[in-house]
Amino acid sequence: MQRKLFTIASAVSMVGLMLSAEAAMAQKNGGVLKAYHRGTPPSGSIHEEATNSTVAPYMGVFNNLIMYDQAKAVESLDTIVPDLATKWSWNGDKTKLTFNLRKGVTFHDGKPFTAKDVVCTWNLVKGVGKAKLRKNPRKSWYKNLDKVTADNDYQATFHLKRKQPAFVALLAGGYSPVYPCHVSPKKMRTHPIGTGPFKFVSLKQNEHVKFVKNQNYWKKGLPHLDGINWTIIKSRSTRVLAFVAGKFDFTFNVDVTIPLLKDVKAQAPHAICELVTTNVSFNLIVNQFKPPFDNAKIRKAMVMTMDRKAFIDILSEGQNVQGGAMMPPPSGVWGMPPEFLKTVAGYSSDVAGNRAKARKIMESLGYGPDNKLKVKVSTRNIAVYRDPAVILIDHMKEIYIDATLDTVETSNWHAKVARKDYMVGLNLTGIGVDDPDANFYENYSCGSQRNYTGYCKPEMEALFEKQSMMEDQAARKKLVWEIDKKLQEDAARPMIMHGKAAQCWQPYVKGFVTHVNSIYNNWRMEDVWLDK
Amino acid sequence: MVLTLIGISIIIFVLLRLMPGNIADIMFDSAGFVDPAEKAQIEKELGLDLPIPVQYYHWIKGLLVWDLGFSFVSEMPAVDELGPRIPITAKLAALALGFSVLFGLPLGVICAVKQDTGLDYTLRVISLSGLSLPSFWLALLILMFCVTYFGDIPIYMDPPENLWDELLLYSIPAAAVGFRSSALIMRLTRSSMLEVMRQDYIRTARSKGASENSINYHHALKNAVLPVTTIIGIEAAFLIGGLIITETVFNIPGVAHFLVEAILMRDYPIVQNLVMLIALVTVLINFAVDLLYAVLDPRIKYAD
Repeated sequence: MQRKLFTIASAVSMVGLMLSAEAAMAQKNGGVLKAYHRGTPPSGSIHEEATNSTVAPYMGVFNNLIMYDQAKAVESLDTIVPDLATKWSWNGDKTKLTFNLRKGVTFHDGKPFTAKDVVCTWNLVKGVGKAKLRKNPRKSWYKNLDKVTADNDYQATFHLKRKQPAFVALLAGGYSPVYPCHVSPKKMRTHPIGTGPFKFVSLKQNEHVKFVKNQNYWKKGLPHLDGINWTIIKSRSTRVLAFVAGKFDFTFNVDVTIPLLKDVKAQAPHAICELVTTNVSFNLIVNQFKPPFDNAKIRKAMVMTMDRKAFIDILSEGQNVQGGAMMPPPSGVWGMPPEFLKTVAGYSSDVAGNRAKARKIMESLGYGPDNKLKVKVSTRNIAVYRDPAVILIDHMKEIYIDATLDTVETSNWHAKVARKDYMVGLNLTGIGVDDPDANFYENYSCGSQRNYTGYCKPEMEALFEKQSMMEDQAARKKLVWEIDKKLQEDAARPMIMHGKAAQCWQPYVKGFVTHVNSIYNNWRMEDVWLDK
Repeated sequence: MVLTLIGISIIIFVLLRLMPGNIADIMFDSAGFVDPAEKAQIEKELGLDLPIPVQYYHWIKGLLVWDLGFSFVSEMPAVDELGPRIPITAKLAALALGFSVLFGLPLGVICAVKQDTGLDYTLRVISLSGLSLPSFWLALLILMFCVTYFGDIPIYMDPPENLWDELLLYSIPAAAVGFRSSALIMRLTRSSMLEVMRQDYIRTARSKGASENSINYHHALKNAVLPVTTIIGIEAAFLIGGLIITETVFNIPGVAHFLVEAILMRDYPIVQNLVMLIALVTVLINFAVDLLYAVLDPRIKYAD
């Protein structure tokens, strides 16, 4: 026993030594990181987009007030570090959040950064003031934000309508950069200017997005890279083959699927690939405005017929994970733990039993083998959406629901969902920040533009608010589990699974840390260097 | 010709706008929602709220003064978006066409001359595979082969520095897309040659003691090449279809791949100008083929 303990202790200390040796390894400056991108980013304006196609390449152009520590894999309230703000503090009743700002910081065009830029940025997001964003996907995050004021040139205060301790979590994500007051939203879409480590150089549709080192970056000695070139390659086969052939140093944000990961490992065994949870969930959207789906019983039966393990085994070789609205542990901070998850209706491993109960519900509503409910399952016409939709159709057949697949051209998907022109849909939802305030208000709150199903319950709104105001994060977590359970049982947006995918890079790429509970917040790239 | 182009312009313009969804819907797709008020504002900014005849009038008016409008996606002038891409596709298409004629025509003649020999059978099998293999699959096989055996991948990464680099870069994709056309040209040349070689005037030439080379290349090929010319003309116009996939797989930033992206993004100014250009090129190729008939066949005369 003692010998075993000694062996373990030795191994642990060896790993520790190796890690510290790597940390101590002098970072080399210079070189351009060659990465590939899956498609032309819709624009360079992070505040107008809700896609990693924009955040991943453009996050390095900007700074936030505060951000998630780029070196820590799990993002939480405890991993928030200063960025443009040197420190931050709450007032007594936690309705005012004051940031002390860094002095001597300039934007890429040489203009100084002041508290006015902070005010302008959140006025844009709030939709107040002259300048307007063309699209504003995160308005719902700032429902509780009353206003932002500049106390002086280097101090800004966020005034909240009520207490919201986790408000800082929203500001720390990649979706919360500080924009310059003096640049129009239009210019920010085509030629963004920030205070970040990399300056935007050019975007050519279907060709490349290029960034160059900001020589005047306020963090001395950073960034290590001279620039980042993202080559746009639409064909996934081509881009992965190009990575295997060594044309690229770095793959796009979790672009390597589980089946592809095997190919990459076989053909480029030297490459470093990390399989991570993405906090992108596969879920069901049921149009609660369209009879008979306004009946909660039918929605519940649909939830109970889903065999989540089958989805996971078929689509991800058993790698994806089950969970509720919040991403489950250990990667997720707020998700229901396995033993709690089992208590949620439809989540027990007794699929046959669940389906028997679901059939009884359907029979009580008049459906049966001779009277099946005809349903169209709509989804985007791309494999990652279509494949689970087909499995879902099969599962629904078990409870007298005769479903057919309705594939929608991908560019029309959100327009169709917004018009509520669907019965049942299969959707993928990416969560920007792993915090209930971001997820609940964005996807489940009354009136939110991204609440696709229109789920709206005053008692749930009260619970959202209650958890949002809690200071004791352990107690808050327990309440969040209860809320999540209710959301699943109400079939607000039933979760099928949470996805996993891999990020790969060549061994000489150093200083990049994949984050495991969001794919949107670790793209500053200022610590990345090339050991060539 | 002008009437044809006007007709095409109306069809393109109306069809584009009949497609479900527009750029505003697509812009909101990346934001994950659609806000009707913000969407209406974008449509107003881009002039999409105007009646279709008014939008058409604005487009044609712009075309006449070489103002192609702005790309809805990049917000850059359409001329700047299309200008650098057109020569890339033109070079690739010319190389692919050159490849198909260079291989298709002589091999077709050889097959006809050596009819029913081992060589004929072998070439016919190769040509059949050329017709059966989808070009995207062939392109992917080429890429996999290169990565596996040479550890390199012949895709476009940066603009080639000189003519030789350019030729090297485009020759593999051109061969991938030209393989199918060469197979078609080869088979057509073979059958056309065989038909001509059974004509009385060939027998007459042979009885007069003409050499086999003179019979094959002077008498037979000259007459057999007429239907082949028609096919080459049609293939030149169809090449754009093959190039869409090839440009995507080899990551070549030409107009063919760009056109598909523009269609998916409902980038009307790019699509309508590009399709008009393709229509113009097609019309000109047909015109050139018609003129070529008169050169190749002295019996064909056009009225003054």
